[in-house]
Amino acid sequence: MTVKLEARSLGKTYGQFVALQPTNIQVKEGEFLTLLGPSGSGKTTLLQMISGLVLPTSGQLLIDGKDATHTAPGKRGMGLVFQSYALFPHMSVWDNVAYGLRMRRLGKAETKTAVDDALAMVRMQDFAHRYPNELSGGQQQRIALARCFAYRPSVILLDEPLGALDKNLREHMQLEIRHMHKELGATFIYVTHDQEEALTLSDRICLMNRARIEQLATPQELYDRPATRFAAEFIGHSNVLQVRRENSQQFAVEGRLVDFSGCVGQEVAQTVAEDAFVLVRPEAARLTEPAKGLLVGYVDECVFLGSDTRALIRLPSGARFSVRCARQVKPLVGNQVGITWDADRATLLAAEARP
Amino acid sequence: MNLRRGLWPAIPALLFLCLFFLLPVGEMLMGSFQDANGDLSLGNFQRIASTPIYGRVLGITFWISALTALVAVLLAYPIAYLLTRLSPYGRERWMLWIMLPFWTSYLVKTYAWMLLLSRKGLVTTLAASVIDNPSGLVPALSGVLIGMVHSMLPLAVITLLPIMRSIDQRLAPAAQTLGASRAMSFFSIFLPLSAPGIAAAALLVFITSLGFFIVPALLGSPREMMVAQLVISSVLDLFDMRFAGALSVVLLASSLVVFLIYDRVAGLSSLGGEAPEGKRSGRGLQVLIWLGHFTARFGKERARGGDSKLLTGYSIVLVMLLILPVLIVVPLAFTSSPFIAFPPKMYSFKWFEEFFTSPVWQAALMRSFGVGIATALLALVLGFGATMALTRLSAGWRKGLFVLFIAPLIVPRIVIALGLLYLFSRIGLAGKDLGLVLGHTVLALPYVVVTLSAAFKQYDWRLDDAARMLGASTFTRLRTVTLPLMSASLVSAFLLAFITSFDDLTVAIFVSGGINTTLPKQMWDSIQLALTPTLAAASTTLLVFIVFFAVVAQWVSRRSISKRKGL
Repeated sequence: MTVKLEARSLGKTYGQFVALQPTNIQVKEGEFLTLLGPSGSGKTTLLQMISGLVLPTSGQLLIDGKDATHTAPGKRGMGLVFQSYALFPHMSVWDNVAYGLRMRRLGKAETKTAVDDALAMVRMQDFAHRYPNELSGGQQQRIALARCFAYRPSVILLDEPLGALDKNLREHMQLEIRHMHKELGATFIYVTHDQEEALTLSDRICLMNRARIEQLATPQELYDRPATRFAAEFIGHSNVLQVRRENSQQFAVEGRLVDFSGCVGQEVAQTVAEDAFVLVRPEAARLTEPAKGLLVGYVDECVFLGSDTRALIRLPSGARFSVRCARQVKPLVGNQVGITWDADRATLLAAEARP
Repeated sequence: MNLRRGLWPAIPALLFLCLFFLLPVGEMLMGSFQDANGDLSLGNFQRIASTPIYGRVLGITFWISALTALVAVLLAYPIAYLLTRLSPYGRERWMLWIMLPFWTSYLVKTYAWMLLLSRKGLVTTLAASVIDNPSGLVPALSGVLIGMVHSMLPLAVITLLPIMRSIDQRLAPAAQTLGASRAMSFFSIFLPLSAPGIAAAALLVFITSLGFFIVPALLGSPREMMVAQLVISSVLDLFDMRFAGALSVVLLASSLVVFLIYDRVAGLSSLGGEAPEGKRSGRGLQVLIWLGHFTARFGKERARGGDSKLLTGYSIVLVMLLILPVLIVVPLAFTSSPFIAFPPKMYSFKWFEEFFTSPVWQAALMRSFGVGIATALLALVLGFGATMALTRLSAGWRKGLFVLFIAPLIVPRIVIALGLLYLFSRIGLAGKDLGLVLGHTVLALPYVVVTLSAAFKQYDWRLDDAARMLGASTFTRLRTVTLPLMSASLVSAFLLAFITSFDDLTVAIFVSGGINTTLPKQMWDSIQLALTPTLAAASTTLLVFIVFFAVVAQWVSRRSISKRKGL
């Protein structure tokens, strides 16, 4: 696949404040890439520099292999869907969607076809003559998408487009956006702080933290093989325990010796000096008899979540370990239980310098 | 946004203010420190300090201005409070009745009060039928105060309103759920939060009053002479520009002191309708809570609506007091007698005929229109750039520039007018229409900047970004997005600038000369000669114009409300 977009040491500072460290990233043509991270992680800055609305203070941006660092936003062949939709309140839905086409001086008939197509795609044909403030949040969202698709940009940027919608509508729109991505075949770059949304939508996720890229991987890789403790904790639920090397394969955890041969992150196991972390997902762990458990603790709380039950086990250090159980399993609070997991579902992480 | 890119739209306005505001005012101030030979001297100030009569004039100026500010703000507060509680439509309806007297020329208003309060006026005539010797019924000081408060009340309301509206409406119910009575929630919540508005309104009324001369000259006796009258007479009668300059320095210095105190206490941004973040002392709050307890003991807790009826009744009475006195000019314009007298002998159109056929009045009317439109256009273009720069610059620059742009509002008008006379008489613009336009634009620019600042504050710059992403150039974005969305504010800024020019007498007295007079100047000249019915006809014509403008402005803003709501 060809590279659609490339950032080379692209960075942004505002005076002393670093919004984005010099960053390298390649986006493939037709890819759905999500920039995921907490607020202030630099994801929106990166998106805005790609869009051209914010100029970088260092580095280069290449589109189709050509330098486009200083190309005007409207000349990059990109579309941007704003977080707040940014629909023009004084124009009808139709005029909003036609705006980008008119700026490109398309013929009347051509414009009409393109606008009607775009509105049909978001199933809003019947609302063409309404004004934005007569529409619900979800409808405005559709119009914002249609306005962006109408002139068929080859790159579509979406800045937390579903942030203002409620949970049900958001999940519905996620599916629609996935569908539109397939239909349009354009490159999508999507900003969100919602990890579930990122997992659902993306071909690849670019996890960002503290103004730099933390990890760039497919959703499954990111979930199963987080490279850092931050990645492990940001994506999905996870139990992170401190471990200390005792001998070549054995680590002390919660007062016990556990063999981590066969776990994910063997290279860490080989190189790590003393302290490290181990990550075990709740669904990878099982409850068992105390004698058979890798770890032992007392049942602290049992939470029914509908599809399953989550048992919270108090470990000797006082930390709580979350285990996902089948819904009919109801461990008694106060009972001693053992916790075990398959060796290849645990991930060993090097201890990192925390700020 | 780097400074150079952010600043450029403001550069025309900055240059304009430097040339026609800072330079002339500064030069005039320098001039006051020179004697007749141009040598450095404090002689002018010694003269002011050593002549008791000047001290008295200064004293009475401050006294009248302070009283006016106090009374106007007290009377205006309940109306503004009522307006914050109404729906946008209800508010617009009330605003029309408050803006009508605001936009009515000071001259017309004062002329109406002269007709009412003078020895042969309506009030005296009515009183004569009840008491024997009614002369001196309305003492001159009260007459001046009535005229001043009547002129300033609308200004106080429209300054209070934006700050009051920025107060979160849910705070009062929140206080009430915590056990506060309605009186208590007013005193402990609304009153302290609206304090910056009170300060802003009092400041604007006080400073505007300092430079007043129409009301004291026409309604007062020599005992109520104010500084601005003294300045005018030293220029026009004594031809002593340096002494007039020295008087202006005193006026300007006192305005600045008041202004600095204000900035310390309330923060400048409240002039732009922004409620500053304030830290209030615990003791102040204690006093307010005590006031709340005290008041609650009197009024029984009325059912909702009881006190708002009282408030509405009060506001109706006050608005009628604002409007009705002015309407006195209408019947008098139709009198058939050559004198002003009550009751007027009905009726005849001859005074309108005279007004519309007399070449002097015609020329003055036409000039006022032309100058007004040119001023409004120039001020709008300069002000738009200035405001656009203001919204995009960093906070530090923004505050500094905002002060400069509204400075012509803070510096008493008479000081600006005198400075312009200095400048224009040297470069040959005195008595020229261009001079009038330039001078009026200095006066109108702050109104445009304040009006457009409020509009830009509501403007969503992401719409500009959206249009940019969709491929629109700077100019296209301005044409298709920014300007259409701000059209209502642009129209009201234009009208405000036009009225500022159309109504101005201060600059016109100094800058327009000889036969090139404007309508207010012509009225002023003839008012001082005699109260003829032609003046009533002129005033009635002006009133009709004002009603027309106010209705247009109202229509525009109502249309923008309904558009925002999507109706």
